[in-house]
Amino acid sequence: MGVLVGKNSKVIVQGFTGSEGTFHASQMIEYGTNVVGGVTPGKGGTEHLGKPVFNTVAEAVQKTGADVSIIFVPPAFAADAIMEAAEAGIKVIVTITEGIPVADMILAKEYTRDRNCTLIGPNCPGVITAGEAKIGIMPGFVFRQGTVGIVSKSGTLTYEAADQVAKAGLGVTTAIGIGGDPIIGTTTLEAVKLLMNDPDTKGIVMIGEIGGELEPKAARWIKENGTKPVVGFIAGETAPKGRTMGHAGAIVSGENESAAAKKAIMRECGIYVVDSPAEIGSAMARLLN
Amino acid sequence: MNIHEYQGKSILANYGVAVQRGYVASTGDEAAVLAKKLKEETGTGWFVIKAQIHAGGRGKGTVTETGSRGVVLAKGLEEVAEKAEGILGGHLVTLQTKAGGKLVNKVFVAEDVYGPGASEPKEFYMSILLDRGIGRNVIVYSPDGGMNIEEVAEKTPERIYKETIDPLTGVTGFQCRKIAFALGLSGAASKEMQVFVKQLYAAYIGCDASLFEINPVLKTSNDRIIAVDAKVTLDGNGLLRHPDYIEMRDTSEEDPLEVEATAAGLNYVKLDGNVGCMVNGAGLAMATMDIIKLSGGEPANFLDVGGTADAKRVETAFRMILRDGAVKAILVNIFGGIVRCDRVAQGIVDAYKNIGDIRVPIIVRLQGTNAAEAKELIDRSGLAVHSVITLQEAADKVKMVLA
Repeated sequence: MGVLVGKNSKVIVQGFTGSEGTFHASQMIEYGTNVVGGVTPGKGGTEHLGKPVFNTVAEAVQKTGADVSIIFVPPAFAADAIMEAAEAGIKVIVTITEGIPVADMILAKEYTRDRNCTLIGPNCPGVITAGEAKIGIMPGFVFRQGTVGIVSKSGTLTYEAADQVAKAGLGVTTAIGIGGDPIIGTTTLEAVKLLMNDPDTKGIVMIGEIGGELEPKAARWIKENGTKPVVGFIAGETAPKGRTMGHAGAIVSGENESAAAKKAIMRECGIYVVDSPAEIGSAMARLLN
Repeated sequence: MNIHEYQGKSILANYGVAVQRGYVASTGDEAAVLAKKLKEETGTGWFVIKAQIHAGGRGKGTVTETGSRGVVLAKGLEEVAEKAEGILGGHLVTLQTKAGGKLVNKVFVAEDVYGPGASEPKEFYMSILLDRGIGRNVIVYSPDGGMNIEEVAEKTPERIYKETIDPLTGVTGFQCRKIAFALGLSGAASKEMQVFVKQLYAAYIGCDASLFEINPVLKTSNDRIIAVDAKVTLDGNGLLRHPDYIEMRDTSEEDPLEVEATAAGLNYVKLDGNVGCMVNGAGLAMATMDIIKLSGGEPANFLDVGGTADAKRVETAFRMILRDGAVKAILVNIFGGIVRCDRVAQGIVDAYKNIGDIRVPIIVRLQGTNAAEAKELIDRSGLAVHSVITLQEAADKVKMVLA
């Protein structure tokens, strides 16, 4: 089961025939993801990785019934690709592309707002429902099937958490990499809500980092509405103020955006916050057993 | 990407925003020549000479070598060269710089815009930036211009106003009017302010900015509205649309190590600690810094080697970390996903051999794809490298080598 994507998802790849798209699409197919085709403007009518290529998302949706898209389109064209997917009726749009201009993302986010779709990313590792569908660039084998949902801004830290959860004898329902950009589609709160409502998910790992106020917002919601144990970690306790730490959004601009401030709010809201990223898995195991 | 005031003003002027005019100079003589030209063009009799560094608070800052302020007034052409020389080549210390200050390579020689006229001049504050919480740009403004806006926000928050911009319409006419009224303007000055706001927003979108801070925006004594200062930060991702802005980057304002790292495809931030680290992924890199601290050390850097941690990058990264004399140990933390750990391990072994004389202990934690093979490869290499697999083991090892 899990959320957002599963074995019944019909997935298309935008930017299918490029090198990134080709590599990761084949990994996704190998994992067992139901990839039904791809889109590369100008290459419609051909075949790639044994799947049909279309010129437009609308055509791909019409011919294949696709409801999920993953975007590997270069940064200058990626926001347009998001809007094209939304307009064509794709329900879950996962954007991997890093480096999209902020002005483009403001527009793309606005465009998708009223179009009944869920945007994940950009600049994210994607979404994986363990054992069913991998819509992203994460190493599939790390995500052993289980009962823990993961929400994270970071790629490799998500793998780290999934690995620890597996080694603690648990495993993952769905892991959602929401991305580290200043403007992202699905927020921490929205991802947490999805997992809170998923009957298969028994516990949630929420991983954030410095910058923005997504985690405190999710924490306040959890305090009022949470029904499952949540383990939290915020990366960047030691990051200096005013410096961008890799992710464009990872910068402490105000007092509420530091790791210490976020952790304090999360603790007040009943989240089990670990200071060491090495303790994510064991903490989850303690809470669930 | 941060740019200088004179560069920011040239962008603003290109979009039709009224700015305080001037020229940039690198020597006192050049400043004098340009001041003369400026006098002919604008009629200004006095000149404002402003240090061009990437830090605020210049007017109250002091040039260590000469005692001059970072912004000075020359009351006549004959004073320009000397006043400019009091700033150029010196280190300007402001509230926003480090204790040693910043070397000033250029000054902006600007017209004096505070001359007398029909009404009193008045200073306002205006900035445009992204409100991450709502995913929209906002115009923040205040009638209290010319002073430290953080102070205004703390003491009189009710005097700071905000206008949220709908991305599909841009700033609207009624919003421009609202801003002009809130700033207490009427008549010609109000009309000028409305045009100013409209153009300023157009410039912000047009140049792919991530911050405009105009402090002060001045209403002159003859009711013109102009940008007297301009702090402009450009969205690094937006530069793909503006190749001409790339040359505005002033690498002398940045840490030379960081400039070198960027060129090598590494994301590096220098810190003041004693344990260096090399990690793949920004989130894991920050988490690794945190674990160093929890183990009794202090992180010496943030370093994300990215998704393709090949031998060459690993070697460059090692060399950068090792150049920092304060580093007492190095923690390599790689979670191999698509990247195979044994390849990274080989890269580490090769880099180690190429660099030769490495005297600080290195702890290598490789997890994920082929982690066991990687550990064996490192253990067999005979190098003085501590190889571990879990993050907890890595933390324990850091504690051990620091003890």
